Amino acid sequence: MDLLWQTAVNATYAASYMALIAVGLVMIFGVMGVINFAHGELYMLGAYCVVFLYAQETFPFLLAVAAGLVFVGFVGVIMERTMFRPLRDNPLGGLIASIGFLLILQTLAVFGFGRRMGHVPPSTQGKIEMFGAVLTYQRLFVVVAAILLLAALWVFLKRSKFGRALRACAQDAEAASLQGISMNQTARVAMFIGAALAGVAGALTAPLVSPTPYIGHSIIVTAFIIIIVGGVGSLEGAVIAAVIYAFVHTFVTTFFDGVIANIVGLALMLAVLVTRPTGLFGARERA
Amino acid sequence: MPTAGPAGSIRRAVWRLRLVFLFAILAALPYLLSYSQQEIAVLLVINVLLVCSYRLLTLTGEWSLGHVVIMGVGAYASALLAKQFGVPVPLSMLLGGCMAAAIAALLSFPLFRMKGFYFLIGSFAAGEIIRLIWKRFTDPFGGPKGLKRIDPFPNIETGFLSIDFYEPVNYYFLSLVIVSASLFVLYRVERSRIGLTFHAIHWQDRLAESVGVDTFRYRTLAFVIASFFAGIAGGLYAHYVGAVNPTRFSVDQMVYVLVWAVVGGTTTLHGPILGVVVLTVINEIVLRALGLDTARPLIYGAILILSVLYLPNGLESLGPRLRARWRLWRSGPAAGGGELA
Repeated sequence: MDLLWQTAVNATYAASYMALIAVGLVMIFGVMGVINFAHGELYMLGAYCVVFLYAQETFPFLLAVAAGLVFVGFVGVIMERTMFRPLRDNPLGGLIASIGFLLILQTLAVFGFGRRMGHVPPSTQGKIEMFGAVLTYQRLFVVVAAILLLAALWVFLKRSKFGRALRACAQDAEAASLQGISMNQTARVAMFIGAALAGVAGALTAPLVSPTPYIGHSIIVTAFIIIIVGGVGSLEGAVIAAVIYAFVHTFVTTFFDGVIANIVGLALMLAVLVTRPTGLFGARERA
Repeated sequence: MPTAGPAGSIRRAVWRLRLVFLFAILAALPYLLSYSQQEIAVLLVINVLLVCSYRLLTLTGEWSLGHVVIMGVGAYASALLAKQFGVPVPLSMLLGGCMAAAIAALLSFPLFRMKGFYFLIGSFAAGEIIRLIWKRFTDPFGGPKGLKRIDPFPNIETGFLSIDFYEPVNYYFLSLVIVSASLFVLYRVERSRIGLTFHAIHWQDRLAESVGVDTFRYRTLAFVIASFFAGIAGGLYAHYVGAVNPTRFSVDQMVYVLVWAVVGGTTTLHGPILGVVVLTVINEIVLRALGLDTARPLIYGAILILSVLYLPNGLESLGPRLRARWRLWRSGPAAGGGELA
């Protein structure tokens, strides 16, 4: 019973940072129609912000996380301006360019920090225990931050004028620009938010995962599974799918092993693709 | 397309002459290279087959992320047949290709319910599942360490002729023969009615369907043929290197195939070949000589981004573009500065 609770707690933690990553990827795809293959590397970049500012330069942890969020967000803006904007009507080109960008980010991380795992000391030692399950403050941090950030994003998208413009662009870019919404500005903001969410996920989890320059690979695979299961283009779907995937993956890892869990996750995605290509929560077709 | 008549026959003769010239260069090439460069040349020839078979699939408009895994299916199948069942190696390679084709036929049922982006992701998932199965099941796949000491290609020992395929030069010629034959088949397939149908499906799939083309079957056919030749490439690789492991067929390797195809261009058969040859030469010889070993992925990435931005139709479009510009410049220097699409 304790193990069951503990696994559920672990899954909740996994779900929260996966949701941040997947929602960012969906934002980028929704507004620009481009698959950002470098999304896992944006996560990696956020983690290395914490390695550099917190572990090496000993700034406060929260400051390092905030810096990671802003820095990675601006990297996203650079990606939008230099690659995704010129390639707006060439989705395959955008995908290929993001693969190129991924290789560049990986190499820069190797230059800056080496191939080996970066070690980040935990920022707090505290933990809470409930029903025999342990939740460290470090993990609790991630869960709370994810809930706050996603709630803020939800309010921004549904209540603010700019959020409405952003959703309009995701629905129909042409009609939105006819209404006087600037496509470039919207894409820039969407890219900033999408990248910043991946960056903050990396920054928050850096003390828990020991980042390497190649960590992005497993992240992007997970993110793809989540956005497919949730329905490409659906933010709520991405959050729900992150929870489903995290629970399935964590439980299978605990009771079988990690490789089997990856196979199950991929099979889940394939099953969704075959039976309901628009995902469990996506309503509209988007080719 | 060579046309009938005297002009056509001259063009055909010129074309044949060019081909003879090309083969003469390819035959002389290994003797101009160092031992390690010869080894790279063998892998390059194998990669030519890999990327050209990939192009056949892209003719129907679908971009897969599982092609390298399919190559791995051929490699694993051929290696296991030779190791565990004692199948003679040339036959095991052929059976490896058939195995890859069979797996592709099986995968086509779920995968070709999807198109475009969904197919891309679906093929990635399917490939990754196969790769994880190799990694998870030590018996018979050898787990994360893969298979080692795979039987080499048998040496030819007759009275007056003895060829040792452990030598890269000899394996180079073996691969060259097999790959050239395969490319010829791929070329014929593309020029046949079937190949024209692939093009039709790419550009006008609804229209093709409305005139009675079963697009599912043709997509499957392209996938199966492409996978067969990828499997052959895998067999060539396995019996040359002597070891295979799941990491060798990971998505990172797939990215390279994608890059070769995109940088080279996929509208012509020589486009992807140009891509793989140029990028391999830059990567293995120029950058290595400059001592930029760790920076290689960075430069690769930059080349990728720049070529997508400034050469969207690939290296293959460079020749005609320069020729058109040259013609324009000759006909009237005043108009020389004009931008050409």
